[in-house]
Amino acid sequence: MRIDGKGIIDRTRPVSFRFDGREYGGYKGDTLASALLANDVRLVGRSFKYHRPRGILTAGSEEPNAMVEIHGRTNQTPNVRATVQEIFDGMDARSQNRMGTLRHDLLAVNDYVSPFLSAGFYYKTFMWPRAFWERVYEPIIRRAAGLGSLSGKHDDGSYEKAFAFCDLLVIGAGPTGLMAALVAARSGADVILAEENPHLGGRLIDDAGQIDGEPAALWVARVEAELRSLPNVRIMTRTAVTGAYDNGTFGALERVGLHKSARPNLPRECFWRIVAKRSVLAAGALERPIAFPMNDRPGIMMASAVRSYMNRYGVVPGKRVTLFANTDAARDTARQLIAAGVSVAAIIDPRADASSVEDCPVYTGAEVIDTRGRLGLREITIRQGGEEKRIETDCLAMSGGWNPTIHLTCHMNGRPQWNEELAAFVPVEGAVPGLSAAGAANGTMSTHGALAAGKAAAEAALRHLERNVAEVAVPGAEDAPYAVRATWAVEGKGRAWLDFANDVTVKDVRLAAHENYASVEHMKRYTTQGMAPDQGKNSNVGALAVLADATGRGIPETGTTTFRPPYVPVSIASMGAGGRGMGFAPQRFLTSDQASRDRGAPMVEAGLWYRPSYFPKPGETTWKEACDRETTMVRTSVGVCDVSTLGKVDIQGKDAARFLDFVYTNMFSTLGLGKVRYGLMLREDGTVLDDGTTARLGENHYLMTTTTAGAGVVMRHLDFVQQAFCADWDVRFISVTESWAQFAVAGPMARQLLAGYLGQPVELPFMGVAPVQIGDVQGRLFRISFSGEEGYEIAVPTRYGEALFRDLLARAETMGGGAYGMEALNVLRIEKGFITHAEIHGRTNAFDIGMVKMISAKKDCIGKAAAQRPGLLGPEREQLVGLRAAAPITAGAHLFRPNDKVELKNDQGYVTSVGYSPTLSAWLGMGFVVNGRARHGETIRLVDHLRGIDVLCEICDPVFFDPEGGKLRA
Amino acid sequence: MRLTCPLCGSRDRREFYYYGADTYLNRPAPDAPMAAWDDYLHLRDNPAGVTRDLWYHEQGCAQWLKVTRNTVTHEISAVELVAGPAAGGKGASE
Repeated sequence: MRIDGKGIIDRTRPVSFRFDGREYGGYKGDTLASALLANDVRLVGRSFKYHRPRGILTAGSEEPNAMVEIHGRTNQTPNVRATVQEIFDGMDARSQNRMGTLRHDLLAVNDYVSPFLSAGFYYKTFMWPRAFWERVYEPIIRRAAGLGSLSGKHDDGSYEKAFAFCDLLVIGAGPTGLMAALVAARSGADVILAEENPHLGGRLIDDAGQIDGEPAALWVARVEAELRSLPNVRIMTRTAVTGAYDNGTFGALERVGLHKSARPNLPRECFWRIVAKRSVLAAGALERPIAFPMNDRPGIMMASAVRSYMNRYGVVPGKRVTLFANTDAARDTARQLIAAGVSVAAIIDPRADASSVEDCPVYTGAEVIDTRGRLGLREITIRQGGEEKRIETDCLAMSGGWNPTIHLTCHMNGRPQWNEELAAFVPVEGAVPGLSAAGAANGTMSTHGALAAGKAAAEAALRHLERNVAEVAVPGAEDAPYAVRATWAVEGKGRAWLDFANDVTVKDVRLAAHENYASVEHMKRYTTQGMAPDQGKNSNVGALAVLADATGRGIPETGTTTFRPPYVPVSIASMGAGGRGMGFAPQRFLTSDQASRDRGAPMVEAGLWYRPSYFPKPGETTWKEACDRETTMVRTSVGVCDVSTLGKVDIQGKDAARFLDFVYTNMFSTLGLGKVRYGLMLREDGTVLDDGTTARLGENHYLMTTTTAGAGVVMRHLDFVQQAFCADWDVRFISVTESWAQFAVAGPMARQLLAGYLGQPVELPFMGVAPVQIGDVQGRLFRISFSGEEGYEIAVPTRYGEALFRDLLARAETMGGGAYGMEALNVLRIEKGFITHAEIHGRTNAFDIGMVKMISAKKDCIGKAAAQRPGLLGPEREQLVGLRAAAPITAGAHLFRPNDKVELKNDQGYVTSVGYSPTLSAWLGMGFVVNGRARHGETIRLVDHLRGIDVLCEICDPVFFDPEGGKLRA
Repeated sequence: MRLTCPLCGSRDRREFYYYGADTYLNRPAPDAPMAAWDDYLHLRDNPAGVTRDLWYHEQGCAQWLKVTRNTVTHEISAVELVAGPAAGGKGASE
């Protein structure tokens, strides 16, 4: 029911929305919960286990009952708390966890068999017969379990993540947070004020109290205006700080577009990482329910929530309200309702010595022992002295006192302390370095106390930051003592809920204790208390109090379970923002990318790079046709291929050669000027790290190339070796991978092509390097080959790459040649027996790949000592071999002796690379076979169960083509 | 988690690559016994308390860093350059 004259909603802007298909009206500023209550809708959900009718318990993110699905065009968000979701025009909210309608949920049968569904019923009930688990029990449980459901469609909503930095992060904008932010802001500190609600003020708004004799809302508005006017303050509303992490880092979730119907260019949510030099936790406190019998009916809610609905939204959740509370402060709920003209039927106070002077009937020393009303509260039964009395009521406001919101202080292993006077846990100072809890979050319950604590916390933080402190007076406000007497559970006949979200009752916790799940961690897991989306915010303290009582221990001895981030549920989509689809990894494009795509080349990923797979010609219908043609083209005329993805490291200094000698197994100090040498690099444990060629460009100037895959790893390795072991050597190096575009020109007509292009004869010897001039551009020409043909690589500064590629290609095509892609490149190198990271995959050493002689005896190098360990150099090793077959073979296949059974113990090795060789008209492979070098000529069986391949192969030398290298050196 | 790089200042841990214990800095002589190499390559302590390990500022200045931190409190007490003033040519033989 909406009442006039209260609330901070905008009554000039009506909003229409749907709940379970029915149209309702509310106002801008309403949450779904307040708008439903304004429309007298009390039943909003079904409970997790028993499918009990449930209403709205709270007015905040801790809500355990009122969870709904929000349906969008394609996305469907389950488990949205109606108390957090703001309404917008056209919003489509639906109740969840029901079979049938909300009023007639077929699974409510669970409620009637509840005696069989107590804590641990899974473990006891579904044991026998054993075969029933998979076929019967599990499918039924899976069908019934869970809350809301997903659309099953791709979520097309956008999400973001962002970083922010500040001097002081203030978490919560109630009296404590506003005061802390104000003091720090006036002192010139860089302040972020994060508030999970859309508005500032916290309980100053919710309780409609007074500050300096004026309505508190006026003070809030003034402070907000001042903070917003200051350039050193950022106010982040709708932003829940979700976790405290190392070194002053906090996670925070901002609801950016979730409250708007049209969100052009707005993400749904943004996940923030906020780095703060200091922080103040001003998150306030959460009111706790009382576990009295049948305390879960729609219409039973927190007393503070009743005040919030009245003062934030102008909504009264009942026509005849009752109050069951154990603090003086909660009496305000009744007084405010009466002042607003709402009938209050009774105040029930378990404290026998509490005041009974109110403008309504007061029952002291009394308890609520039963309730009635199937889909909403109708009547309660109270007990006072041994007398029982029934009272008609449609809304029972309850308060069992308050729990300081200490969660963030416990995220780094901090354990809270029990405070007997408050009957609550309070934070331990210093549990999160740099963070201080203040105000209600620290157990200071009065408004004046909170304002003063906020000021003090900010001043302390400013002193840590060595900043001047601006003098700010603490305004006058309510400063009443917080007189609470712990009331956890009320004895009676019916079930008394502790954890509404997971349907855990007092009886369940006692059963856990009785069955010796007496540790709080065991009780939690046995009963599932605290494991629902509200993470036990409403139930943890109550449950452990009941457990403490059942086990005869005190609450401090019983202790709490561990508080872990996040404080409120965080969507995975927001944490992974930007990482979906192509955002998963960066894309690196070659200078020839467009030219390759222009020719219809499908691109394949090579690490982060995109490289052309093949260049199809008209009439070719499969990749293999193109690959065969390109391979033959390189062998008979000339091919051009972009090889810029190889890592390039420019190395200079008087000790450059010495450094190369140290990182490579072989000698580079003996390399002549203008020469190139193949080098092998090991990890310190003797495993092959990478290979490639290094050219000597000048007396103290080298250019190293790495494999495409190894570029990053090698750079990291070189930096480590140099900084850790030879920091005082005269050597410096830098990655120039992206500075140069480099193209292989290979084939019998390669020299002719280049001579024509460069306008001069090409007389570079095999493994030579020389500068070349292409117009005004300085380039480099290498005579190296990864194909086995007479091969060159020509490099120019990156910005000329595309032009050079198009020029080379045009020339090649007039000579009967053309471009070749990764597929042909792979076949060419397999024919020649050249290895890639398919072979040096991190488990092979120099001996395995037949290069042990490349480890120079004349010097030390990284990996040398470990490469000589026993077990790495013998016939028991799987050694690199070639494989030749008449039928298709596959990489990843395993090898067996033809007469052996195909099983693990007979495994002889495996295949790493394969390709069809049009040159040799055979399928060729490379792989590793136990003692393989001694087994050339042997027939071996290749089996790939995954792809249904079973073929006999011949083991042979890995160099199939031109083993003498005559073509290379031509 | 954040590390204060001596060259770049306070940075998010995502900029860094983690390698392992700073044992890697004490490379044995080439002719050291196998046990010394085994120790160097494989044997690591797992302290509850202060530990020193190596991080690489891969998305920053490309410097290797020696980080002294506490595995229990997560406190980071020192971040130094591996190639700092004290570093020399140790490990690499002539």
